[in-house]
Amino acid sequence: METKKTSLYNLHQKHEAKFVEFAGYKMPIQYKDGVIQEHKFTRTKSGVFDVSHMGQLFIFGKENLTKSLEKIFPLDLKKLNLNQSKYSFLMNDEAGIYDDLIITKIKDGYLIILNAACKDQDFKIIKDKLENHYEMNLNNNLSLIAIQGPEAKNVLEKVIPNSNKLKFMNGQNFNFEDKNIYITRSGYTGEDGFEISIDNSKAQKFVELLLENGSKLIGLGARDTLRLEAGLCLYGNDIDLKTSPIEANLKWAIAKNRIETDYPGSNIIKNQIKEGVKKLRVGIKPETRVIARGETKIFNDQNKEIGKITSGTFGPSVECSIAMGYVENTYCSTNTKIFLEVRGKKVPANICNLPFYKKNYLKGEINV
Amino acid sequence: MSDFKFSKEHEWIKLEGEIAIIGITKHAAEMLGDIVFVELPEKGSNVEKDGTAGVVESTKAASDVYTPLSGEITDINQSIIDDPSKINADPEGDAWFFKLKMKDKTEMDSLMSKEEYDKFSKENSS
Repeated sequence: METKKTSLYNLHQKHEAKFVEFAGYKMPIQYKDGVIQEHKFTRTKSGVFDVSHMGQLFIFGKENLTKSLEKIFPLDLKKLNLNQSKYSFLMNDEAGIYDDLIITKIKDGYLIILNAACKDQDFKIIKDKLENHYEMNLNNNLSLIAIQGPEAKNVLEKVIPNSNKLKFMNGQNFNFEDKNIYITRSGYTGEDGFEISIDNSKAQKFVELLLENGSKLIGLGARDTLRLEAGLCLYGNDIDLKTSPIEANLKWAIAKNRIETDYPGSNIIKNQIKEGVKKLRVGIKPETRVIARGETKIFNDQNKEIGKITSGTFGPSVECSIAMGYVENTYCSTNTKIFLEVRGKKVPANICNLPFYKKNYLKGEINV
Repeated sequence: MSDFKFSKEHEWIKLEGEIAIIGITKHAAEMLGDIVFVELPEKGSNVEKDGTAGVVESTKAASDVYTPLSGEITDINQSIIDDPSKINADPEGDAWFFKLKMKDKTEMDSLMSKEEYDKFSKENSS
């Protein structure tokens, strides 16, 4: 299959991107400043990310659609307001995760943002479960741009007036050069920010205006260090078909009033909430600068294997080595001493709270 | 730079009498990206030509460091362990990796000159 390019490919090239193939797309891993500078720029100013490889699935239908989607997602969709977003999962009957996603209620339907590597399969699974009763469209004419960081709201406001009035996890339609664009206040970096769904033909112009107003392009490399510092899961690393949302410590994303009701994997979720889980996702800090990457084995002080790392890197803002992984539940409390096997040596590490990096930011008009 | 030699694994070598100072090239540092961790051989240990003699990790991946010469490690650069970003800042100067006492001087013959290395790295960069 030929590698796909996003509508911002030429702009990436102009900004001296190093490219990597990701989920069938040629995506920028970094630009000339490098991962650490790009990471810090996002934390202190604002960074622009091309996330157009992600799926934008539109589903349209009347009120039965909400009911049908509640059979798929463990959410209280009836209570979701127009333009409000929620984080959720597409699961199999064993509560394994096919994908994690953001679902937003829009006029006459829903918009679901899916991971690039999963989107085609997700489309088939959802279509199958909805039994072709609704109009579904995995839109390829739209780009998806994220702007993240403390200056994001000011930069975006200059390009799209009144966008700074959006509240966290809420969206709205705006106008850009006579085209409708849809903006949500959301992101995946631990910073305040926005995601903008925009026609491919306008994406480059739009991003150039963000850059002219003080933002910088940021690659997937920094996106990964930012999300890991923020304790957020990367699908395929930290969550997959072998992990349930409860094991992944994402119980908060399952609506309380849905725990006793039916959706794929609901029996297992209900049981895991009641009985507990054997393994749990935790934050891990090695005691040295050693980086423990995915698949690194975790041991207790008796040399017994108790789990494995799923993501690990150096956190440029916390200035130390950080990781996430799954351990047997008896080892999941904070400050438990564990050992990581890196290149044949056992490196001491400690279980720690997630996120590694947290700042209080303005979520819309409410400071939280 | 005329007294520098280079290996195909992107190390540079500078001779001071019987002692070789070894580091990674500017080209290698640029290819690796931001270096955040480095592991060096033990002082006093013996290393064999083309064997591993440490690890560098960038935000993206881990890469082995090879020694282009055999010998005994006489010194290591603690300052790059404490602050690996020095490797990106000055790879062919302050950020040397280790010094070794050469076992076999003929091993120098297989190394490249600056000119040859520049040509080699240009052809082998992707």
